[in-house]
Amino acid sequence: MSALAPAAGRKSVYHYEYRRARDQDAGAVARHPLVVVGAGPVGLAAAIDLALRQVPVVLIDDADRIGEGSRGICWSKRTLEILDRLGVGERLVAHGVTWKLGKVFCGDELLFSFDLLPEEGHKMPAFINLQQFYLEKALVDRALEMENLDLRWKNRVVGLDRRNDGARLTIETPDGRYRIDADWLIAADGARSTIRSLLGLDFSGISFEDKFLIADVHMAADFPTERRFWFAPTFHSGQSALMHRQPDNVWRIDLQLGPEADAIAEQEPQRVRARLDKILAPHAYELEWVSIYTFNCRRLDRFVHDRVIFVGDAAHQVSPFGARGANSGIQDAENLAWKLAARLKGEAGDALITSYELERIQAADENIRHSTRSTDFLAPHSGAERRLRDAVLALAPKAEFARRMVNSGRLSLPAVYDSPLSTPDAAPFAGTAKLGAPLPDAPLTREDGSATHLLANLSGGFEVIYVKDDAGEDGGRLHVPDHVALTVIGDDYLDETGLFAQRFDATPGATYLVRPDQHLCARWRRFDPAAVARAYERALQR
Amino acid sequence: MPKLVTASQFADPDAAYLALVEARRNLSEAQAAALDARLVLILANHIGELDVLREAIALAKQGR
Repeated sequence: MSALAPAAGRKSVYHYEYRRARDQDAGAVARHPLVVVGAGPVGLAAAIDLALRQVPVVLIDDADRIGEGSRGICWSKRTLEILDRLGVGERLVAHGVTWKLGKVFCGDELLFSFDLLPEEGHKMPAFINLQQFYLEKALVDRALEMENLDLRWKNRVVGLDRRNDGARLTIETPDGRYRIDADWLIAADGARSTIRSLLGLDFSGISFEDKFLIADVHMAADFPTERRFWFAPTFHSGQSALMHRQPDNVWRIDLQLGPEADAIAEQEPQRVRARLDKILAPHAYELEWVSIYTFNCRRLDRFVHDRVIFVGDAAHQVSPFGARGANSGIQDAENLAWKLAARLKGEAGDALITSYELERIQAADENIRHSTRSTDFLAPHSGAERRLRDAVLALAPKAEFARRMVNSGRLSLPAVYDSPLSTPDAAPFAGTAKLGAPLPDAPLTREDGSATHLLANLSGGFEVIYVKDDAGEDGGRLHVPDHVALTVIGDDYLDETGLFAQRFDATPGATYLVRPDQHLCARWRRFDPAAVARAYERALQR
Repeated sequence: MPKLVTASQFADPDAAYLALVEARRNLSEAQAAALDARLVLILANHIGELDVLREAIALAKQGR
């Protein structure tokens, strides 16, 4: 893994070349099994995941560069685990700023702090902060390594005809227009999705009127590496403020301005500096990026429209206070990738694709619920609501119950799917592993004594994890279905710390069926080949 | 010995807060104050212990 190059100068932008595709010179309209629209983090993750699953992918983007700007900075543990499976996780963690502590202040007084990963034995940290363009650069580098991933810059979708067996796209390029047919189309084209507009689809949800100033500043400072959030600090009276460290001595500062703020005037450098000086003085700093935002919490009613499937911001949007935007989009991509690969290979039917929508709408609704509650707390809708909020803040230093109600953003955790793909437990299991959730990571030891982690060693397909039972009758051959990998804890890997046993409530003979997206879909106290086969069929919705 | 419980008792404090927010959504401050007064009386009676009520009043008066 090579380290990411530091930003050259203040504008960190990577340029790519438009190249004429063979499809543009073909006599007939070329047909592809899968086209992904949008080469942001979500589209790139989906395209790479599907290409790794042997699906040839055409990935198109209307730009020819990765832009700077104040977009995503916080990448969650689950996102990093996914990106690790895609081959860029270690590079990103090495480059990013690792953090797990959050502090919440009221006025200038610390109300409480929280630790987002209080336990050991996970390969990936709770969060890293990393500018989105660095993450995109790492994913583009990865995509360019893949022979079955065709990344086309300056390809803008201008037309879409839905068909029973796919979609026909009209694409505009510097060389003019051409058309391609896609058996399946993934729309990862962001909050202002062209595909969504072309299909005439609307969002349901709410918009918040409060405006927020987001500034990235370059500054040499030794403020702590933690998420710091203030309600009504003396440096920004009456409103909230958030501060976060990024690599390259860049700091994200997020200031609530209220609903009446003038979005144009507030971006004037002098005005921005007047606000920032109060926070950052006496440090010298340069403005890297300034913008004004309002937030929405909303989603499409359906994510799957026949052969057109929406992921990420194209499907759902939240406010940024829980790191639930790009993170949930990458989790959409991971949920969809293995299902679409199985569908394209004829291993599963449309019911498996429907389960993408069912599971990720659950996740989107959870994200929207948390995000709406946080934004309600930060930006009360009326004087009456503000009084209640202020009462919580006033009581918070004195009463624990009030501290628990203080909401500066509940940070992203993966959804636990209540899913038809899961086989209900027949026997009770304790531990932190949950049906329908990603496996908790755990440290393991290889046969040669070297240290590793559970998630880093999963196959990427369906997998049975079996806990060796020296005394039991399972000692002979373990029959697992074709295409299902088998890992034996106690043979392939040793659980020397006991953390695997603790997190999975593992007893000798315990058997776990893991989906290709590392989610637990069935578990038993004893290995039973017929039960495993049934659970596997169920997880593929066959 | 204080009898007032200030430890968090709701399994989901955000949901409890939301219920209180939604109760006052679209109310004026005067209407919300009237709602709060009724809520105080209802909850005080539910608690039913004068000592606890007095402790709660004292805590509320400390709030800034």
